[in-house]
Amino acid sequence: MAHFLFFLLALVCVGGVLAMIFSQNQAYNALFLVLSFASLGGLFGLLNAPFIAVVQIIIYAGAIMVLFIFVIMMINLRIGIPPEKKKWTIYLSVVLALVLVAELILSVKGAFQGLSQSGGEEIASPTALGKLLFTDYLYPFEITSVLIIAALVGAIILVKKKEEE
Amino acid sequence: MTEIFWLIPFIPALSTLILAVFGRILPKKYISFQACFAVFASFVISVISFAGLLKTSPESYPLVKTLFTWIKSGSFSINFSLQFDPLSAVMAMVVTGVGFLIHLYSVGYMAEDKGYARYFTYLNLFTFAMLLLVMASNIVLMFVGWEGVGLCSYLLIGFWFKKHSAANAGKKAFIVTRIGDLGFLLGIFFIFVHVGSAEFTAINEAIGGGAFTQGLATLIALLLFMGAVGKSAQIPLYVWLPDAMEGPTPVSALIHAATMVTAGVYMVSRMNFLYTFSPTAAGVVAVVGAITAVYSATMALTQNDIKRVLAYSTISQIGYMFIGCGVGAYASGMFHLYTHAFFKSLLFLAAGSVMHALSGELDMRKMGGLRKYLPLTYPTFLIGAIAIAGLPFLSGFFSKDAILTQAFAHGQYFVWALGILGVVLTAFYMFRLIFLTFHGQERIEPEAKKHLHESPPVMTIPLVLLAFFSVVAGFIGLPVVIGKKLNLFNRFLEPVIKVSHEPHLSLQTEWLLILISVVVALLGIYIAYIFYLKKPQLPHRLNARFPFIYRLLYHKYYVDEAYNSIFVKPTVRGSEIIYDNFDLKVIDGVVNGSASLTGFSGKIMSYFQTGLIKDYALIFFLGVILFLGYLLF
Amino acid sequence: MIPGSYFLILSIVLFILGIIAFFAKRDLITQFMAIEVMLNAANLAFITFARAFNSLDGHIIVLFIITVAAAEAAVGLAIILLIFRQKETIKSEDIKLMKG
Repeated sequence: MAHFLFFLLALVCVGGVLAMIFSQNQAYNALFLVLSFASLGGLFGLLNAPFIAVVQIIIYAGAIMVLFIFVIMMINLRIGIPPEKKKWTIYLSVVLALVLVAELILSVKGAFQGLSQSGGEEIASPTALGKLLFTDYLYPFEITSVLIIAALVGAIILVKKKEEE
Repeated sequence: MTEIFWLIPFIPALSTLILAVFGRILPKKYISFQACFAVFASFVISVISFAGLLKTSPESYPLVKTLFTWIKSGSFSINFSLQFDPLSAVMAMVVTGVGFLIHLYSVGYMAEDKGYARYFTYLNLFTFAMLLLVMASNIVLMFVGWEGVGLCSYLLIGFWFKKHSAANAGKKAFIVTRIGDLGFLLGIFFIFVHVGSAEFTAINEAIGGGAFTQGLATLIALLLFMGAVGKSAQIPLYVWLPDAMEGPTPVSALIHAATMVTAGVYMVSRMNFLYTFSPTAAGVVAVVGAITAVYSATMALTQNDIKRVLAYSTISQIGYMFIGCGVGAYASGMFHLYTHAFFKSLLFLAAGSVMHALSGELDMRKMGGLRKYLPLTYPTFLIGAIAIAGLPFLSGFFSKDAILTQAFAHGQYFVWALGILGVVLTAFYMFRLIFLTFHGQERIEPEAKKHLHESPPVMTIPLVLLAFFSVVAGFIGLPVVIGKKLNLFNRFLEPVIKVSHEPHLSLQTEWLLILISVVVALLGIYIAYIFYLKKPQLPHRLNARFPFIYRLLYHKYYVDEAYNSIFVKPTVRGSEIIYDNFDLKVIDGVVNGSASLTGFSGKIMSYFQTGLIKDYALIFFLGVILFLGYLLF
Repeated sequence: MIPGSYFLILSIVLFILGIIAFFAKRDLITQFMAIEVMLNAANLAFITFARAFNSLDGHIIVLFIITVAAAEAAVGLAIILLIFRQKETIKSEDIKLMKG
């Protein structure tokens, strides 16, 4: 059952990203990506990380992609943008990407054994995460909040229209 | 009491330091006082040390004082250590004594000069370097002093550096002596390799112990002699000395008559065990000295510049000193050095007095009849001339005689013959100088005649003192023929100069030799008298009959021109060629090239900066791939 | 239990797809979305390893990554808006201010 679920979600995820690559319309791109992220949330759930799964869906699929869609709406391009004219760059990047795949697989190959054997049945509950967050990772937590404020203020100031004289 | 001898070089050194730093702001009177007093203090200490030396037994010679370890590198170690023994004592007293008188003279001579402080700084520096040279206990430290006096010579010859001829003369002196110094250095290297130490006592022991083969000893002796040839202006490296007359006259007196140029003689005497061990080298020394003596005297015959005559005379007299050393009579060579210091510096200073009186004139053709006007300068000058000619009972007589007698006694008849020829020539050119300058009709320029005056006492007192010594200094070295015990000078130097065998001459031979040299000297004076007083047109007629010889002598055998075309011009041309091809093309090319390479690579790099983020991202990507690849493989 | 290697391979594939998407597209917004895909691929890897080592540190870091990605998306989109206002285009090849 779990295996079936995994393959389904994986397919949806990859399919979403592929669709994003092949589509010309930004809005469609965004929506496909929402799909991808949602399935990714499911995958997190399969990995015994319920909290993260929910966070993923709420924030990523729910907030960030909505932001994207807002901006796409504001930009309001009627026509799509065709892909690269110079096809060779695409082919080059595909080739290089395959190289990178190979390298990455090679580099994590050693971990495959370990991953299969160990593995926790324990479910990561919000309580446990919260405890960790407020003790060991207190500083990053606080700093991240500062970061968010900075981003907030920055985003507002950046797009603020100049006062008309 | 002798323990203070190491102070002798340092008092002038201290004075130099003070003058160098504060010279510009100190008042003239103070500078004169300090400079002269420093040398005088050194002289006093030298005499005290000398007295102390007489009291100590010869077994403890030399007295050494090591001040600090100067160089230490593995097994190579040179100490800054000074030694005091009879040889150093003689040199130290001569340098400081005559040096003091010359410092005194300079106070008057250089009174009007703007570079007063600089002059005395250099003069004190020279005194320090020379004392270091004569009191060094190892050959490397001696070389330091050697180079130091060379430097001061350059500085003082080119003292009036704005004058082109003076600046060039300074350079010439330095460069020519450098060639000799190359040989000297090679000699030092060889010595160190085979002895392991640079100390004179160690070298002496090594030679005595058979560490050197004949061939090696000859090589080293000849190499060291090369340095002496340069510094003491013998053939073929004498060409700098006549040009060195561009410097102030007291400098010529001190450096180029009494002290620096005699450093070569000192060196050979100090290394006497080496030259005794290698008769070939000693023979070379004697022959070079003899030939130089005659050769230089011939050039003095025709010079019109009063200082040039004295310069060639110096070269010639040093040749005599080397004859003495070369035949094995090192003590006689040193004796001549000692007496020569007195009468040659006297001659130079007196010539300076004449020039001072005539407002700087040095051409003898524009002098004459000065006897009346210079009542102090003339007698002192005359005494110097008599001394150098070797007339009896003045110092020059004893010293020159000792050399010639020893040469004959050691069987070096060729050298002796050249020496006798030199005596004639010496007497002739010296008295030619006297007659042309002080006697005969007056050929003085009217302008100069107006200011004609005797020199101030600060200049004439040294003259008188030096004249006095020129007369009496010889008496400590009475000829062996009168009584061996009476030759105090030789006895004093005996512990340092060990001669293996003393040749014996019969009493009659000795007196005969003395007679010959006196007669020959008088002959020279008589010929000069004829030529320049009785029949003044004789020289001109002779020149007209033998123009070729006259021109050859007058132009100094064209040696300067020969050196110029053989050595100087090719070197200059060679360096120009190297400059054009190497300096400009290669070195500048490298520097400019690296600059343009940087610019070029910058230009290439800018191709990567298209401004498009995709291109930048591509490079990131490539970088990640390469990095991962590197980590994996 | 699903073996972790599957997830890891999926993560790698997603990452590569994100890279390809970045190079294949010409408009800024989609390229930006591709970056988000890459971030998510990394998140997946982290969670996989967290499960394998039975540690919650992986979860924590994913939390932070998501947060930072959000902040970054906000600011990035603001910048894209500004660029559009200035240049009336979101084609990435038209933005060459950093040339040279």
